[in-house]
Amino acid sequence: MSRDEIREGLSDILEEVAGVNPDDVADEKSFTDDLDVDSLAMVEVVVAAEEKFGVKIPDDEVANLKTVGDAVSYIEKG
Amino acid sequence: MTEVVVTGLGATTPLGGDVASTWEALVAGKSGVNALEEEWAQQLPVRIAAQLAVEPSEVLPRIRLRRLDRSEQIALIAAQQAWGDAGLSDDLDRERLGVVFGSGIGGALTLLEQDDILEGTGPRRVSPYTVPMLMPNGPAAVVGLEFHAKAGVHAPTSACATSAEAISWAADMIRAGRADVAIAGGAEAVIGGLPMAGFASMKAMSTRNDEPERASRPWDRDRDGFVMGEGAGALVLERREHAEARGAKIYAVVAGSGLTSDGFDIVQPDPECNGGGRAMRAAIKQAGIDPKSVGHVNAHATSTPVGDMAEVKGVKREIGDHVVLTGTKSMTGHLLGGAGAVESIATIMAIHDGVIPPTINLENPDPELDLDVAANEARKKDLDAAMNTGFGFGGHNAAVLFTKA
Repeated sequence: MSRDEIREGLSDILEEVAGVNPDDVADEKSFTDDLDVDSLAMVEVVVAAEEKFGVKIPDDEVANLKTVGDAVSYIEKG
Repeated sequence: MTEVVVTGLGATTPLGGDVASTWEALVAGKSGVNALEEEWAQQLPVRIAAQLAVEPSEVLPRIRLRRLDRSEQIALIAAQQAWGDAGLSDDLDRERLGVVFGSGIGGALTLLEQDDILEGTGPRRVSPYTVPMLMPNGPAAVVGLEFHAKAGVHAPTSACATSAEAISWAADMIRAGRADVAIAGGAEAVIGGLPMAGFASMKAMSTRNDEPERASRPWDRDRDGFVMGEGAGALVLERREHAEARGAKIYAVVAGSGLTSDGFDIVQPDPECNGGGRAMRAAIKQAGIDPKSVGHVNAHATSTPVGDMAEVKGVKREIGDHVVLTGTKSMTGHLLGGAGAVESIATIMAIHDGVIPPTINLENPDPELDLDVAANEARKKDLDAAMNTGFGFGGHNAAVLFTKA
């Protein structure tokens, strides 16, 4: 899956569970500071992403996923 | 003594999505009770309820809905209306703003839904919002957060007395000098299989499934239990000087309130209404008025065989036989933790408009009913003072007395 495809899938999840406008989703955007995704919403995003992309994102890894780009890279590595 | 006035009202009920539409339907004698068409209801002995006239999804954005229990959604909707109605400005000192908002049962629907997820797909899929959605202080917390209330956010839980109690607490909070403004109210939304089956097992609910609109019939000879409703009411209470200084419109005065407990039974009402009567007496005493000036009581009157007549005894003893009763649960169903707030709003509007809404379905009054009831049609009456009562499982009694502004 390409980075663009992953970003698009992530954007769908962010819109569905946290109401994030897809136009705002870009690699450099911070989940908490730019997209208003707080820690509880992030839990929902992670669970949905695991399901959608068939990856496992351990809880201690979530803290390192500060931006959309971080998450895209993690999912890309699988 | 500090005088507490009502400057804002909000509600979402089985009769309407706001106070104006709810009040219009109440005065017109409309029933909000319907047959439950949902599949989950078909196996229940009770298949009627008073569901919201306006779904929260028509009012709140999708993401807010997703993170709030239905009771919190309607608490927020009612509080937003009351806040807007009061016309409070953005520069209100939030350290002087309190919230007292209750729910009888809390987020039971969330609890059940998330338990289904836990059983079905495992713990990882359980929503991270589960706890703030099901906690019984959730409605109070959501309202407090919405308006940045910092004087204290409190959540009484006294079953069906909850939101009458909340109004009492909020008035006390202002009288004690802890706040200038307080949002008081209650919300309940538990029309679902388990809560309904539980109440039905107690034989507390009407099983008049074939005639939903005729099922809630306080004081009628053929009453057979309450009808569950869902809804929320919110009132903005304010220190009179604070309200007058900003030129606010004043609906009524919260002249007094009384809170007592029965010490009698976990669910049965005291047939002599001793505790309920003491709550009425305390409210009248605090108001410092003659019981004769209380012209109307919006009674708890849930349409249960014992409770309805017990309350009549209490009212007659403590207030007198001049009073005109009504039971608006005949139209709204029983809003449980939301009842006291919505019925206090009806009581305030009765004083404000000089009209007592009817008790519908009172076709054959109980032979022991010896007080005047606004039966089946609204009654015009100039009111100086009127009372709302609320009694809850656990033996909680609340009476709130309102007087003309």
